[in-house]
Amino acid sequence: MTNIEIGAYRDVALKSLQNQTLQQALSCVQGRIGKAASYAYQQLPEGPGLRQVGHELRMQALLELDVLLQELADQVRSRGGKVFFAADGDAAIRYCLETAAKNRVKQVVKGKSMVTEEIGLNEALLNAGIEPTETDLGEFIIQLAGERPSHIIAPAIHKTRQEVGRLFADKLGIPYTEDPAALTRAARSALREKFFAADMGITGCNLACAETGHITTLSNEGNIRMSTSMPRVHLAIMGMERITAKLEDHAVLFRLLSRGAAAQSLATYISYAGGPAGPDEIDGPEEFHLVILDNGRSRILADPEFREILCCVRCGACLNVCPVYGKIGGYAYGHPYAGPVGAVLNPLLAGLEKGKDLFFGETLCGACRDACPVDIDLPRMLLAHRARLIEGDARANCRAKAGAMEKIALQGWSKLAEHRKLYEAAHNTAALGQRALPRKTGLIRRMPPPFSAWTKGRDLQPLAPRTFLQDLQKKDRR
Amino acid sequence: MPDFSKVSFFVPCLVDTIYPEVGRSVVKVLENLGLEVDCPREQTCCGQIAFNSGYRSRARRLAERFITLFEDAEAIVCPSGSCVAMVKHQYPLLFQADPAWLKRARDVAAKIFEFTQFLVDVLDLTELGARYSCTATYHDSCHLNRHLGIHRQPRRLLRGIQGLRLVEMEDADRCCGFGGAFSMKYPDISLAIVQDKVDNILASKADIVVGCDMGCLMNIQGRLNRLGSSVQVKHIAQMLCE
Repeated sequence: MTNIEIGAYRDVALKSLQNQTLQQALSCVQGRIGKAASYAYQQLPEGPGLRQVGHELRMQALLELDVLLQELADQVRSRGGKVFFAADGDAAIRYCLETAAKNRVKQVVKGKSMVTEEIGLNEALLNAGIEPTETDLGEFIIQLAGERPSHIIAPAIHKTRQEVGRLFADKLGIPYTEDPAALTRAARSALREKFFAADMGITGCNLACAETGHITTLSNEGNIRMSTSMPRVHLAIMGMERITAKLEDHAVLFRLLSRGAAAQSLATYISYAGGPAGPDEIDGPEEFHLVILDNGRSRILADPEFREILCCVRCGACLNVCPVYGKIGGYAYGHPYAGPVGAVLNPLLAGLEKGKDLFFGETLCGACRDACPVDIDLPRMLLAHRARLIEGDARANCRAKAGAMEKIALQGWSKLAEHRKLYEAAHNTAALGQRALPRKTGLIRRMPPPFSAWTKGRDLQPLAPRTFLQDLQKKDRR
Repeated sequence: MPDFSKVSFFVPCLVDTIYPEVGRSVVKVLENLGLEVDCPREQTCCGQIAFNSGYRSRARRLAERFITLFEDAEAIVCPSGSCVAMVKHQYPLLFQADPAWLKRARDVAAKIFEFTQFLVDVLDLTELGARYSCTATYHDSCHLNRHLGIHRQPRRLLRGIQGLRLVEMEDADRCCGFGGAFSMKYPDISLAIVQDKVDNILASKADIVVGCDMGCLMNIQGRLNRLGSSVQVKHIAQMLCE
């Protein structure tokens, strides 16, 4: 069960715009983390140019992906770990459920993982009678609330502490409090029981290392290390692109990732796992499983126009600066990836036409590119999506699907722009026609459709009686 | 000063059709510097609207038209970061598969300058002798600031205007929510974004908001006017020719 969904962008966006609590939360996260990340790049000893180095490292790894993944798999297997290459979400879920069944798993603790959201793992576990518990504080909150993450690294950003207080009082049976420290303590003691009881820990992977044969997890709460070391079984799922060639690449990429994600120099915990506990090791799981997930990634890798999106390390930095995300929040983008990266990635995974509001619904301001720790050119790919939808692309097996009205308008405009005389005639006619429109201090108050969209909340400077070039010509003749 | 005797004026379509006074100001500033200003009469639109909407073959035709009209220019000057970014960065992309046109596109891209960039970086001018008594705040247009890296130049020019006090608004470099067709396709989102911009402008207590792109300024002006604000919007060229 692959869990990519693109829903009603416009409807959800509108609802979010009207939700004052959400508006405040979004403005707060963007005002703090968004700005702090940009400052954090400036403070890098190598300077912000390290982002381009990070980009090169990611692109290089993508070009050698088959070799690197084989190297990783060989090393994990040599330590007694199991490796499974999953073609899609269904295959990954089947493997997880089989592993759980073999180990008679009843309870699972999870480290925060977007890839498990992508494949809908929690639902599948529940359906199989296994109780998954999210152990990242934000994920724990939204799991209790029965919701989905609205931000890649701050999943509960849409919730206020008052809401969390009521939720905890209701679900954890504690007296109501809105004190963040008290709430965190309550979550901690509830989670402690889960860690003790769990038979299996499931995590994602930030970036594996082919050279050493490890996966890594970054966290600030220590919860992932607990999830990987306390239960008998550790199962990690990684998107197949999340790997680097060498350990030293992590020194660059994790510093960038931590800055992009939370304006930190480095995440508090970085854990490496590459197999079950050895015979002389006290800690660590008895079994270690690594699921390497394709789920459409090979197709993206083969597409030169969009390969670059596989550089993404899921830090969420682009969400923290995007003016559109800052207004509509995460849910409008569908599931699981929100913000500019979701606007590029979700349509690739779910289908171009279904996702068209995602890539047309961005202003192309470019803030996401500047915020990206690995310098991904997201605006370029938003434009590439648009072109592919409108004109089709035989290489990518995409047929053209332009909206009829817009096509007429755009082609009409282009036709006019190809002939200066027609262009001026159209301008002069429209300039005459606009005289009847209601005005306020010189600006037009209401336009007929489709321009009424503009005058919904804005006035419009009317067309000049003559174009600049017409005026100029007249002046020259005098 | 490099020996330009003549510059070609690329008139953005919004300037041509809605804000001709901005075009006149640009000509005045350049002519006051002793430059001959050529305005190719057949020019229309650089094709950005088609390109950003996904209509690349249409955009390519308009790009070919633009290149043909402007390739003999010594230097091309345009009072819009967005249009310059289109010619500079997207034209080469449009002709990736066509070496002959790609060369012509690159040649044109190499000699196009945004208005403030031309004054400050090419002509090395920051004081043009303009006077304008006001408190002004500057809005950074996204394509100008992020795609062309131009943010110091307009501010230096504004500081060179006698009587003008420049105050920085909060988030001057944040998108105004225009985004071309975006503003019409998703008006509610666009409005919410421009409202933040307008709030920041009003909080700065400036009486004029200055910018280098009429697209953004049209959006900001429209919202300010709807709210009944008396804050004016001006293209920087209008400030420099006073």
